[in-house]
Amino acid sequence: MYVAALELVDFRSYSHVQIDLRPGVSVLVGRNGQGKTNVVEAIGYLATLGSHRVAADQPLVRHEAERSVIRAAVEREGRRLLLEIEIVPGKSNRARINKSQLPRPRELLGVLRTVMFAPEDLTLVRGDPDSRRGFLDELMMLRTPRLAGVKADYERTLKQRNALLKSAAATRGSFDVTTLAVWNDHLVQLGSELVHERLMLVSDLCAPVRQAYADLAPASGEAELGYKASWTNAAPLADQLSRDQIAAEFRESLARVERDELQRGVTLAGPHRDDLLLRLGDHPAKGYASHGESWSMVLALRLASFALLRMDGDDPVLILDDVFAELDSTRRERLAEMVVDAEQVLVTAAVADDIPATLSGDRFTVEAGQVLSDPAADRGDA
Amino acid sequence: MYEGIVQDLIDELGRLPGVGPKSAQRIAFHLLAAEPSDVLRLAEILREVKAKVRFCRICGNVAESEECRVCLDTRRDLTVICVVEEPKDVVAVERTREFRGRYHVLGGAISPIEGIGPDDLRVKELMTRLADGTVTELILATDPNLEGEATATYLARLVKPMGLTVSRLASGLPVGGDLEYADEITLGRAFEGRRSLEV
Repeated sequence: MYVAALELVDFRSYSHVQIDLRPGVSVLVGRNGQGKTNVVEAIGYLATLGSHRVAADQPLVRHEAERSVIRAAVEREGRRLLLEIEIVPGKSNRARINKSQLPRPRELLGVLRTVMFAPEDLTLVRGDPDSRRGFLDELMMLRTPRLAGVKADYERTLKQRNALLKSAAATRGSFDVTTLAVWNDHLVQLGSELVHERLMLVSDLCAPVRQAYADLAPASGEAELGYKASWTNAAPLADQLSRDQIAAEFRESLARVERDELQRGVTLAGPHRDDLLLRLGDHPAKGYASHGESWSMVLALRLASFALLRMDGDDPVLILDDVFAELDSTRRERLAEMVVDAEQVLVTAAVADDIPATLSGDRFTVEAGQVLSDPAADRGDA
Repeated sequence: MYEGIVQDLIDELGRLPGVGPKSAQRIAFHLLAAEPSDVLRLAEILREVKAKVRFCRICGNVAESEECRVCLDTRRDLTVICVVEEPKDVVAVERTREFRGRYHVLGGAISPIEGIGPDDLRVKELMTRLADGTVTELILATDPNLEGEATATYLARLVKPMGLTVSRLASGLPVGGDLEYADEITLGRAFEGRRSLEV
């Protein structure tokens, strides 16, 4: 699939901009702060309903505007779809496909699929577990959009359960045991489905991550993935665990931590506290990997995501946001070779020279809230 | 900001559910422009509603006397109780004309976030009604969302030792709809709750 046109209204720095894109490589060049990343951020938002840079929607809306609109024409399996999302901070967003309104923005998930490489990705190796859980869940929802509903329900149940634990902590024990048991039932049911899906995803990712890492950094050790559960001591977890087994273990661990939970007023076990383990050779990547190795790991995770999504049929849109500046020349070249055959690759860079020659294609200059097609660098094949 | 009493009116209207500041302002100016007799009639009804309407001693539904219309109706089946969250749900079930038993209105659903636990709902009253053994079947018709499901599970656990027949309303496909337009969750539930076709 590819994005054929993008229109932004009051999004970030843009009051209004319209860009026509083609399959193949498109490069957006501009000095820092001119709005390159905003363009690819908008495309990522349409795919994942979230920004890769900020957690809240407010910064996405241009200063002084109340709402912003992202509109894109997406060519998918030979058909053109018009996707729209209206971002209204503090209220519910509205999504449309071919002008007809969807009952929930969530139903937009899975229509446009992207894989984004960005400087922020380094937190996948160095940051807290929540960024790695976010990576797994985002990919899981792109592959199976239904799971967005399971995740939302799990999070809501978690909030309810935490509120109950907090009130129990406040009243020192005078609470209804049956109510907690009810929330446990729901938490276990939703949580076990979430974990089961994550385990299958991790197992699917293992081989492509190992492969991509070996291609990027042949001299370095092997990259391995594992899943660290907060509700069992067995680690790394085997992917052949059935949903019922997961549910049983999860339930047992809730019973074990109940006393602690009642004191602290938070849920201490469950997929919201699990982690994706990244290993290089004999060491965990976090804390041990060098800067270059960390980057190779991050790129391998993204390339593996691309490989998985690609197996479902249609190529996802690849977005390389400012990553070449972070990489040495060998990694740049290798990465470029590995992505160049994707149906559409969108690249942003502050300096055009950072981009390997392999990735030549359409050029756009981004300056002061304007995106201008650069005719001099147009491809000859058009 | 408007002067004194007009702003007071807008503020009061704005506290109603589903009425934002803009709508509140529109309603306020509509009232100001309307015939005095129309507005006084509304005011009178509001006063009367608060004075006269009570909640049924037995089921918690809205009533104009000690007991509501359903509970006073001697033709209703005393062995079945349908548990709902709000009085408006009674009206919804009544419209079907399928149910001939009586109701029990909980007054909401369990939601720790909003500080609503079983003690804040009419759960004790329900247990009292079940105590004498007249009721043999309980239908749990709370909303099909997280809080409604949790409330249903809670009640099911609570009455389990009493040996009643407990059922939950089926969730599934809307009648007259198309299969292809159903979302995955609804369709998945409909699959789970499928029944054999007796021919």
